Amino acid sequence: MSEIQPITLVDLLLAALVMVALAAFCRPWSRKSASGLLTSMGRMALQLTLLGLVLQAIFDNVALHWVALVSVVMMLAAGHEITARQRWRGPRLREFRTGLISMVSGSFLLTLLALLVIIQHDPWYHPRYAIPFLGMMLGNTMTAIALSINRIQEGAHQQQARIEARLALGEPWHRAIHEIRRDGIHQGTLPVINMMAAAGIVSLPGMMTGQLVAGADPATAVSYQILIMILIAAGATLGILLATRMTVRQLFDDRERLRLDQYRKIE
Amino acid sequence: MLKSDTGRLCAGPQARGTTTKGATDLLLDIRQLRVGRVSAAGLGAGTGERVLLAGPSGSGKSLFFRALADLIPWEGEVRLDGTSVHEQPAHQWRRRVMLVEADSAWWADQVRDHFPPDSDPPLEALGLSTALLDAAPGRISSGQRQRLAVLRALARAPAVLMLDEPTANLDETSTARLESLLRDWTARGGLLLMTSHEPAQQRRLATRFWQVGDDGQVREEGP
Repeated sequence: MSEIQPITLVDLLLAALVMVALAAFCRPWSRKSASGLLTSMGRMALQLTLLGLVLQAIFDNVALHWVALVSVVMMLAAGHEITARQRWRGPRLREFRTGLISMVSGSFLLTLLALLVIIQHDPWYHPRYAIPFLGMMLGNTMTAIALSINRIQEGAHQQQARIEARLALGEPWHRAIHEIRRDGIHQGTLPVINMMAAAGIVSLPGMMTGQLVAGADPATAVSYQILIMILIAAGATLGILLATRMTVRQLFDDRERLRLDQYRKIE
Repeated sequence: MLKSDTGRLCAGPQARGTTTKGATDLLLDIRQLRVGRVSAAGLGAGTGERVLLAGPSGSGKSLFFRALADLIPWEGEVRLDGTSVHEQPAHQWRRRVMLVEADSAWWADQVRDHFPPDSDPPLEALGLSTALLDAAPGRISSGQRQRLAVLRALARAPAVLMLDEPTANLDETSTARLESLLRDWTARGGLLLMTSHEPAQQRRLATRFWQVGDDGQVREEGP
């Protein structure tokens, strides 16, 4: 591990400069994309620097309550991120709750399974394992859930007449929205399926890359990667199933009426 | 609250219940309904009747039908055979009080998939070929779709059928066939509520007239 090459601030600035140049080329086509790329890069650098400081502090002082606190903050942020990514905005609190519940179930429970049953490090909550695992789970589950919810809300708006025609013929709400939920599940699982299909052939996954750079032997890096990918796929699937169920139900009121009037489009 | 001519409500071909006045004589009983700017203080209609709902475009006829089908939020009370809409799951209500909107949508690949599996829709009665069942809904004419939409609803055996402009895209022959089918259906005990802009059609078909007034109030009118 000691042979890891340090990265200086100059190195980081050089990489950032490349990004700034590319954003400048992007600007004539889409000012929104150019500014989005730059602000999200800045945000990412800030967030990761803060995380680095927090992790250092936690590594120096391993305690369950600190790990729990960081985990809660990460999950709340991910819940907020899911609602922020939607093209349709419904009641905020309800959407946040949907994102949070589905993500906590998808990521948190499977991370606990990994830490307690599979890795069994002592202590099981050691931040060296707990935080990266939860982080990777949250990141992937969040994307999957956000895609699914988006697809369902988009589908419901596009196919409003079809859904209402079925309701008018006496179909229960879950039948009338069945195909749209199916599309939402499909959309959410697609990145996970692609990620697993491409792993090791097209792409070298992040955790494995990190471990190899840090000097771990390939066999260990590979087994960790396989584990995390299975956990991500399982977590995303669980999260998607819950999120799609809650989202489709929220499209209807207690009289099974399609209530798109509570949504507005985010430009 | 209800109109005093309750007796007439039972005058349909297969009127049920007793001749005593009261809600039990009515199949559909609408009280203090309010949706948007449309309201109905007290309206009723019995089995076998064909109610023509008239009113200028934009007066709220479709809104009124959507409220009766409980597809949009509304206030008031609607009862079917004495049972309130609020006392049953919404989809069960809509199975009995069914709405076919003016340009009703289709969702499956083939027309056939929109009918209950064991149904045998009387396509010939409306001058439609059975081959249409295998067609994609997007590939047939709007007039064919309109007639099939009525059959699609009838195949589900509702008690009340609401049709919003069902003959808007139809020629004279097709209109006559559809009217004949609807007459037969009401003669077997169905209650039809329908909008139409054609005075001649209203006179041909109606056993009862409801009119949306300028104030948005739906009232019963004389024939």
